[in-house]
Amino acid sequence: MVTAFFNLVGRDLRLALRGGMGSLVAVVFFVITVALFPLGIGPESALLERVAPGVLWVCALLATMLSLGRMFDEDYIDGSLEITALGPLPLEAVVLAKVLGHWLTTGLPLMIAAPVLAVLLNMSTEGFAVLMVSLLLGTPILSLIGSVGAALTVGLRRGGVLISLLVLPLYVPVLIFGVGAVEGAIFGLGASANLLILAGGLLVALAFTPWASAAALRMALE
Amino acid sequence: MAKRKKKTSIGIHFFANPARFLRFARKIFPWVTALAIVCIVVGLVLGLAVAPADFRQGDAYRIIFIHVPSSWMALMIYVIIAVASAAGFIWRHPLADLVAKSSAPIGACFTFLSLVTGSLWGEPMWGTWWVWDARVTSMLVLFFLYLGYIALNSAYDDPTKGARASAILALVGIVNIPIVKFSVDWWNTLHQPATLSKFDRPSMDSSMIAPLLLMAVGFIAFYLVVLIINLRSEIAARRIRNLRLAQAEN
Repeated sequence: MVTAFFNLVGRDLRLALRGGMGSLVAVVFFVITVALFPLGIGPESALLERVAPGVLWVCALLATMLSLGRMFDEDYIDGSLEITALGPLPLEAVVLAKVLGHWLTTGLPLMIAAPVLAVLLNMSTEGFAVLMVSLLLGTPILSLIGSVGAALTVGLRRGGVLISLLVLPLYVPVLIFGVGAVEGAIFGLGASANLLILAGGLLVALAFTPWASAAALRMALE
Repeated sequence: MAKRKKKTSIGIHFFANPARFLRFARKIFPWVTALAIVCIVVGLVLGLAVAPADFRQGDAYRIIFIHVPSSWMALMIYVIIAVASAAGFIWRHPLADLVAKSSAPIGACFTFLSLVTGSLWGEPMWGTWWVWDARVTSMLVLFFLYLGYIALNSAYDDPTKGARASAILALVGIVNIPIVKFSVDWWNTLHQPATLSKFDRPSMDSSMIAPLLLMAVGFIAFYLVVLIINLRSEIAARRIRNLRLAQAEN
């Protein structure tokens, strides 16, 4: 079962790697939207420094959401989702493998791009380490909650637009605690409380969302 | 023991038969309508004319007689949707699915009403139409959750599939609502000057509590009236759909 799980993750990674530019779209989107902010609100470094944590987190959230459609849709259309559902792995584990694959191809690249963009936004250096940790804890939650939205809209014609409406309200707490941690570190209030809540949120999401996503997938495969 | 078990299962499935529910609804409908009209009219008269003006807020406070009950309704209806969704998901109870589906637009309207009246009240009190107060913000998120629920429910061609998908969403949402509330409170204490977000609530005079409670009862009765009308039309729509499908098969 463990081999089946990692085979599935490996398959998603290989597909992403060989898909070329397609898998990098989320990161490119992240970089472009962040670069739009100085153009929109002005290049004063004090202003950018103040909004940097919020802008980075909002853009990371939108980039994650943008790539959610890929999680189950392609597998559903070409039929491989049905075959994996018939395989030895319970559907909940399939969901977890898909989430891991999604995080490795979007959350992780976002984390790598984030410090570079933080430099562009002139974010103060106290926040860098906490920004990385908050993204490390927060982006998996985004992928997990997103899996519910992706599973609920699998096979729907207008799924792409609908998914944002379903998922974004549920993302609000992650955004608040993620930005709270970075700002806490910058203003010297300490980030540990926010980071611990994010870690707790990750455990809760890890425990509950695979069941919801699997229930939704079962319905889609009926 | 076995007897008892049988009894509860009858209780749950009593209204699974739409015809039985329609008979029951027809019986209570005039009473609920009368209750809604009487409570809302008496509540409005007491609240807008009889209750004394607040010594600090003047007459502007009277908007709470609409605002507070509609906020209660917004939360209560989401809980009803979640409970009905759970019942519909676990027991495949057809009426529970319809209750959840028909309640959602009413709940969204109450949430919107609560946001609008809050904004109207905020202008004379805070000097601004919109404040990113913790309560206002979590109400706004609740409104978005309602919109997502309604959109997902209507996105499926097959109504039973739509009901099951939105049931999952409602259950995920009900787990998330306390977390949203907590996170927004936390966010608000970090960002908002405390003078704006906290308004002191003095103990209310009974002349103000009576119309408030009357309005709350009236709003619940009003919800039931609209719910029954919605359910009737939903049941009729399903019948038409089934008849059309049968016709197409022949």
